[in-house]
Amino acid sequence: MSDFTSEFWSWFVIAITAGSILWLFYLLRGNKRVEGEPGVPTGHVWDENLEELNNPLPRWWLIMFYITIFFSIVYLVLYPGMGSFKGLLGWTEVGQYEAEVKAADAEFGPLFAKFEQTPIPELAKNTAAMAAGERLFVNYCAVCHGSDARGAPGFPNLRDNDWLYGGSPEKIEETILNGRQSNGMISWEASLGGEEGVNQVAEYVMSLSGRDVDQALAAKGKEKFALCAGCHMPDGTGNQVLGAPNLTDNIWLYGGSPRTIRESIAKGRSGKMPAHNEFLGKAKSHILAAYVYSLSN
Amino acid sequence: MSVQAQAETKLGVLIVLAVVAVLWGGLAQITPLFFQHSTTEPVAGLKPYTPLQLEGRDIYIREGCVGCHSQMIRPFRAETERYGHYSVAGEFVYDRPFLWGSKRTGPDLHRVGGRYSDDWHRAHLINPRDVVPESIMPAYPWLATNDLDGSAIQDKMRTLTLVGHPYTESEIEAAPASLEGKKEIDALIAYLQSLGLQVKQRR
Repeated sequence: MSDFTSEFWSWFVIAITAGSILWLFYLLRGNKRVEGEPGVPTGHVWDENLEELNNPLPRWWLIMFYITIFFSIVYLVLYPGMGSFKGLLGWTEVGQYEAEVKAADAEFGPLFAKFEQTPIPELAKNTAAMAAGERLFVNYCAVCHGSDARGAPGFPNLRDNDWLYGGSPEKIEETILNGRQSNGMISWEASLGGEEGVNQVAEYVMSLSGRDVDQALAAKGKEKFALCAGCHMPDGTGNQVLGAPNLTDNIWLYGGSPRTIRESIAKGRSGKMPAHNEFLGKAKSHILAAYVYSLSN
Repeated sequence: MSVQAQAETKLGVLIVLAVVAVLWGGLAQITPLFFQHSTTEPVAGLKPYTPLQLEGRDIYIREGCVGCHSQMIRPFRAETERYGHYSVAGEFVYDRPFLWGSKRTGPDLHRVGGRYSDDWHRAHLINPRDVVPESIMPAYPWLATNDLDGSAIQDKMRTLTLVGHPYTESEIEAAPASLEGKKEIDALIAYLQSLGLQVKQRR
């Protein structure tokens, strides 16, 4: 079916295009010769003494115009241009793109298939696969996790072997394919009795990783930490099933300053990693999982 | 008097002939675009921008994002590997004016929707260096503090219905309420997250 809403538009384009070519041809024919005597001044004079002579177009010039007309006819026969006529070559922009993709798939497809079948720990030792993995990483992952994979506040460092959802090869691949939507730490300011309660819990949380804290505040915070234990566990070591961070290792997703920790408690946090299966596919995700695994193993 | 002599001596004739010459090619190249299925019909699933997205789009225009970011993925493998499926005309039927752009100092944004989290966009717009240390993009911190001015939203939507954007009267009625309490950054993120979601394909 034609893309035009009515066949009229196809004929409209054909009429204008063909008509223009014929018209130009007629114009050239008409300028091949001149009426009257060649070389005689026409009577037009510019700038005091610049005269126009009654001469035909130079022959070489005329021939070049004829060549352009010939070219346009050949082009319109081979390529789409005359309304809905598709051209003898059957060329389309999309067809050319698909051929390009097909050629690339034929070249790289077997390699990707081989990598996809290789278990991640083994793939992580394959230098060719890891070179590919690095390129994929800087293309698709570095924007959030950094080109050095050390993350940014709110976006996990992938080199420290500290994991929110688990660092096994399977878990890493799962995270890349399906993404992660954190369960969302809610705002605790009200439940903790305002700023004072937040400060107490923050002191206690900092004490978990052996930091120098106000012991009196931390002791009060410890009592209130029961509220946090549901996700972060009573000892604060976190829960990878829920994606609740370990609070005892002094690694901080959003920053470890007292102020940031208080902010996390008071306002809550909710991180999200988009799913990549749909646009990267299984093979590339598998290579990326191996690359990410290799950064800390 | 020959046509040539008239064109050379009478200004009005010259102007008319020059205009015809300039328009002639457009008659065959541009006019039929208004009568093609692929250029005039939305792709499956495409909806007009919500009020919040519409305001975000206007902020995108106001801040000149289009000067550095294109929204047009060409059908080359090098582009589709990085950005996703090439752009098709039916995705832009509710873009008036279109924001295809012609310069990529930053990456193409046509399929940025869903690529990054809202939090990432927020951090990135306030200061790009916070999340991408190598970035040369300017910071737009005022977006996070400016209240969204939604006072013209109903006029904007009504104007767009005149050129065929299918907003219903109840949507227009409800629009101001949906913008209440929003900052400019919320609108811009809503707009960015809506971009290019209709056509999906593996990179």
